[in-house]
Amino acid sequence: MRYGIEDVINGIRALAEGLGDVTIMEVCGTHTHSIRRFGIPSILPSNIKLVSGPGCPVCVTAQEDIAAALDIADQEDVIFTCFGDMMRVPCGNASLYSLYESGRDIRLVTSPLDALEIAKANPGRQVVYFAIGFETTAPHTAALIEAANNQKVENISILNTHKTMPQALQALLSGQKKINALLCPGHVASVIGANAFRFVPEKLNLPAAVSGFEAYEILAAVLKIIELCRYNRVDCVNMYPGVVTADGNRRAVELMYRFMEPADAVWRGLGIIKKSGLKLRREYARFDALARFEITHRKPEEPKGCICARILRGDKTPDECARFGKDCTPDTPFGPCMVSSEGSCAAYYQYRD
Amino acid sequence: MDDKITLAHGSGGEKYRELVREVFLPAFSNEYFDPLNDAAVLDGGAKIAMTTDSFVVKPLFFPGGDIGSLAVSGTVNDLAVSGARSAYISVGMIIEAGFETAVLLKIVDSIAKTAREAGVRVVTGDTKVIENRGASDGIYINTAGVGVFEPDRPIPPQKIEPGDRIIVSGCIASHGMAVMNARENLGFSPPIESDAAPLGKMVRTVLENPKNAVRAMRDPTRGGVAATLCEWVSQDTDIVLYENALPIKPEVSAACRLLGMDPLFIANEGVILFSVPENCADSVLNSLKSTEQGKNAAVIGEVKPGSGKVIAKTEFGARRRIVMPRGELLPRIC
Repeated sequence: MRYGIEDVINGIRALAEGLGDVTIMEVCGTHTHSIRRFGIPSILPSNIKLVSGPGCPVCVTAQEDIAAALDIADQEDVIFTCFGDMMRVPCGNASLYSLYESGRDIRLVTSPLDALEIAKANPGRQVVYFAIGFETTAPHTAALIEAANNQKVENISILNTHKTMPQALQALLSGQKKINALLCPGHVASVIGANAFRFVPEKLNLPAAVSGFEAYEILAAVLKIIELCRYNRVDCVNMYPGVVTADGNRRAVELMYRFMEPADAVWRGLGIIKKSGLKLRREYARFDALARFEITHRKPEEPKGCICARILRGDKTPDECARFGKDCTPDTPFGPCMVSSEGSCAAYYQYRD
Repeated sequence: MDDKITLAHGSGGEKYRELVREVFLPAFSNEYFDPLNDAAVLDGGAKIAMTTDSFVVKPLFFPGGDIGSLAVSGTVNDLAVSGARSAYISVGMIIEAGFETAVLLKIVDSIAKTAREAGVRVVTGDTKVIENRGASDGIYINTAGVGVFEPDRPIPPQKIEPGDRIIVSGCIASHGMAVMNARENLGFSPPIESDAAPLGKMVRTVLENPKNAVRAMRDPTRGGVAATLCEWVSQDTDIVLYENALPIKPEVSAACRLLGMDPLFIANEGVILFSVPENCADSVLNSLKSTEQGKNAAVIGEVKPGSGKVIAKTEFGARRRIVMPRGELLPRIC
C-alpha cells in the first residue's frame, strides 16, 4: 500500500520522539527551495533540523569565474549565453543582467544546444556558453562540445565551471560532528547513480537517503533517515527509485568523461577542493573560452561580514547572520547564498515567517 | 497603402492621412471616432472611471492572443474591476520605421475584434513613427480607457474584511507562461495558451448576482496572484491561501515546475480575484461558474484577523509566507 503524507509525518514524529537532535544536510538547491516552499520545517519535530549545504551551483561558483564571465560578456561581437540562474549574480557593481541592460548581447538559454544553434545562425560572431552546475548539467555541456566538434562549428566556446558533488561532500563532511545525516540530491543521483553516494555511510559514517523533490518524497526520505538514526543503522537508501537507479545514467556519465576530466576546482566559500571540478580534455581545449579570449582570472574581493562560507558548510543558518534581511536581501545581495533563488539565504528570505 | 510603415507615416502629412484612412478608420469606425477631431466628445455619466496602460510585448503574437487583444483587455479589465462599465478607449501607437503594414493590419483587426467583444469603442488615437533602432519589437501600444458608473450598479468598496473568502475566477498563470514559452522558444508542446480576454461581462454578472456581495476585486496581472494578495492585506488582516485549491492547467503547472517558477507570481490577463463575505461565497462562485470565463472559478483562501501577512497552507498543513515578488522572473535550470 502507499502511505499517505499524513502517515509519513506521523511516522517521523513517532520515530523522532526521544531521539535527540538530528541535523540533516541537503545538498541540492532544488531541495533547499522545495523544503522552504512546501513549509517542511514547520511540520518537523523540533529535534529534527534541516540545513543547506553547498548544493546550489550558482552559490558555489567562484567570484573569479563570475568576473571572467563579465569580462567576456562585455566584449563587442560576443554573444554570451547562460541559464537565467546566473543573470543577477553580482560581482562588484556589475552582473550579467546589468551588462544586458546596457546593451550587451546576453541571451538566456534553457539548454546548451540552444547556444550551438545561435552560433550556427551567427557565423561571424563568437558565442560563449556559461557552463555551470553539477553532474546534472555537465553531460549537456559535453553534448554541446560533441555536436560542435562533429559539426565543425568553431565560433563557440564554453566558460566551464562544472563541479562534481561527491568530492565536495567528502571534503566538507570528513571529521565533522555537526551534520548527522545527508539528504542526497535526486537529480545528481539520477546521473551518477545511487551507488555513487555509498561513500556517505562507508567513509563518512553517516546515514543518508536519496530523495526526490515533491513534499511527499522529501518527507519520506526524512522518515527513512530518522528510522536509520533510530535503529543506529548507517546506510544510504534510495528513496527515489522511480528515477534513480543504482548505477545511474551510464551513457550520460560516459559522455561527460569523454569530453571532460576531473580537475581541482574553486568553490565559493569553501576554497579549492581537489578533483571536484571538470575541465575539458586536451583534445577539446580549443573550446575553452578562457583560452580563446585570453582571460586571466582576476580575484574580486569577497563581501565583508558575510557568513555564507559557514552557511555552505552547514555551521550556521541564514537567520544567524547579522546582515540577513537587513542590508543583504535578494535585491541587494552580499553573499552567494542570497543571489540565487535556490541559495539558502534567498530561500529563507523568500519564505520567511 | 505601402507595404512598410515609414517615418513619413508619422509625419502628419498625406502619408499619415493615408495610414489613418486605410488602417485605423475601417477598423475602429464609430460616431465618436469618425470625425477624427483632436479630441473625441463623449457621452458621460455623472461619475466616470479612467485608466491607461502601455503594452510592450515580445513576441507580438503568442498562442491565445497578441499585443492588440492585450491592449484592449488589459485596459478594459482595469475599468471592470473598478465597477465601471467600459465605454471608450483611445489607441496610441509608436511604430518603428520598416514595420510591415500587413502585421499592423492584423494587430488593428485584433484591437477592433476585442473591442467589440468587450463592448467598448475606440474613440481617438495617435501614431508616431520612430527610426528603426533594431532593439525593439517594432510596435508599442498605449490605450487609455473611460468607464461609466451606471445608476444602481453596485460599486465594490475595495476593502477586504476578516471572514471574507478569496475567489479566483479561473486558472492562474496561463498568460505569463504562454508569453514566456513563445518568447524564449521553450518548445512546450502543445503550446501554452494565454487566457487574455476582456472580462467586463463576467464581472457584471458577479456584481449583479448577488447584488453588493463583492468587497474587493482586482485583476492580478504583473506580479500575479501573490502581488494582489500582498496588496490587499492591511495592518490588521492576514490572508490564508489554500494552495491545493488553486486552479491551474496541468500544462502550465508542469512548465512552472520545469523552470522553477511559482505560478502565484506569474502574470494573468484573463483572471479576476474577488473578496466576498463568507455567506456570499457560494452564490458568487455559482454566479461565476455560470459564465464561460468563470467556469474554473474556485475559493482559494480566506481573510483572517492578523498583521498583514499572506500565508499559504499546503495540502498537509505546512505553512509558508508569501511575500511581494521582486524583479523580472527568470527561468531557473541548474
